Amino acid sequence: MDSLSEYFQSYLTALETYDVVAALWVNIQLTFWAGLGSLVLGTVLALMRISPVPSFRWAGAAYVNIFRNTPLTIIMVFCILVAVFQLQLNLSSDFDFNFFLWAIIGLSVYHAAFVCEAIRSGVNTVPLGQAEAARAIGLSFLPAARLIVLPQAFRGAIAPLGNTLIALTKNTTVATVASVAEAAGLMKTMIEFRPDVIMAIFATFALGFVVIVIPIGLLTTWLSKKLAVAR
Amino acid sequence: MTTRQSVLFDAPGPKAQRRILITNILGVLIFLGAAAFVLKGLYDQGQLAPELWSPFLTADVWQFTILPGLMNTFKAAAAAIVTSVVFGLLFGMGRLSHNKAINWISSIIVEFFRAVPVLLMMIFFWLLLGRMQIVEPADTPFYGVVIALTLYNGSVIAELVRSGVHGLPKGQREAGMAIGMTRGQSLRNIELPQALVAMLPSLISQFVVILKDSALGSIISYSELLRAMQIYGSAGPILQALTVAAVLFIIINFTLSWVANWLSRFLGSRTAGKTKPISAPPVAAKV
Repeated sequence: MDSLSEYFQSYLTALETYDVVAALWVNIQLTFWAGLGSLVLGTVLALMRISPVPSFRWAGAAYVNIFRNTPLTIIMVFCILVAVFQLQLNLSSDFDFNFFLWAIIGLSVYHAAFVCEAIRSGVNTVPLGQAEAARAIGLSFLPAARLIVLPQAFRGAIAPLGNTLIALTKNTTVATVASVAEAAGLMKTMIEFRPDVIMAIFATFALGFVVIVIPIGLLTTWLSKKLAVAR
Repeated sequence: MTTRQSVLFDAPGPKAQRRILITNILGVLIFLGAAAFVLKGLYDQGQLAPELWSPFLTADVWQFTILPGLMNTFKAAAAAIVTSVVFGLLFGMGRLSHNKAINWISSIIVEFFRAVPVLLMMIFFWLLLGRMQIVEPADTPFYGVVIALTLYNGSVIAELVRSGVHGLPKGQREAGMAIGMTRGQSLRNIELPQALVAMLPSLISQFVVILKDSALGSIISYSELLRAMQIYGSAGPILQALTVAAVLFIIINFTLSWVANWLSRFLGSRTAGKTKPISAPPVAAKV
């Protein structure tokens, strides 16, 4: 029993030296901003992909196929080594904030491809008969889209969008290659300096993510069921 | 070309066709303009200089950088694919089990490893193995990559197995029961074989995820393709090296996705389940 309480004591001293909550908070911030960025970019891409204009459709498809098949790590390394160090594209004079912004851009660019597909799959859940019925009662393009198609499409897109958001939350750890002070980097530092409590450190960070991720999963599942279109 | 692309638009009449044509030309101009702008910017920075790109066409770079990197990527991905399929089958059946304890334990393991970022697990197992000294120190990054990829993707595959079995028509199990099989027998002999065929396209989509995530290994010093190219590019042609690495990944993953789609059409008639590639939700749909 003594060794257990000793282990616990040294775990506590490790927690005092390093601020785990602050690191996880950085991940949450990254999730929020990159979520916003990828939602905007992904919606534009989805609109391009479902538009009747071939060049827009083609450009949207090219974007999705390129970025969905590229590892996020490459995109992130590219943002830092190429955009910042080689091409000197600085977004802020503050060194750390510059990296933070580039990490958000890298995450947004990658996840926009998945957001686009989520929204598109939402549009695909709407049966053709809905649009035909809208036409039959005399609605023109915009009212039909606004009143009939899009409300159903958004509801169908909630579940896949939620999955993308969860993937994004976990992928914010990759921002560690952009030397953003987030959880994965801190965990590495903590284990290197306090290898005696390696298990407890991993458990702490893992549980931190479980606590962040599970509610998002439950919430989006609940929302998608509550708002599901009964067909 | 089909007359109807989307639920949003009617088949265009002559006026709409004219409008689409004009927007199309405008769109082409915009995208070409954007591409020209980027290329001009790169040209001004000297990034398009031929001597920066030509090394990637020489046998030396392929022999000493690209191919060894690709080999390591494939090695880690192949090992992780095999182990995660085994892991997935084991825990997928665990989650389908009617034994409360087995079901419960499998559920917790699957949900936990789906919620933890792969990179966290990679760093943890890499440092843990280094500390425990049970494998060659030089091999710790490899095992770190494979273990982390297995735990995450195995859990996702377990979920695919479960949803594959649930996606089968009820009559399949009932037929098994009717000829006197136990639940386990019907699961193993009737449901799982069909579910596996049905989930094959989704499984291949998951292999794409494994291949992509193996690039995370570069962070824990596993010398796969990205890391090899990063080291090569650090002497100067970093933009070019990373672009080549990205293009290689895109080609491989695109081919795999294409195979998945082709399989889903090919297998559609061979199983009672749905073969459309789906990706299992990355976390707890219902706990």
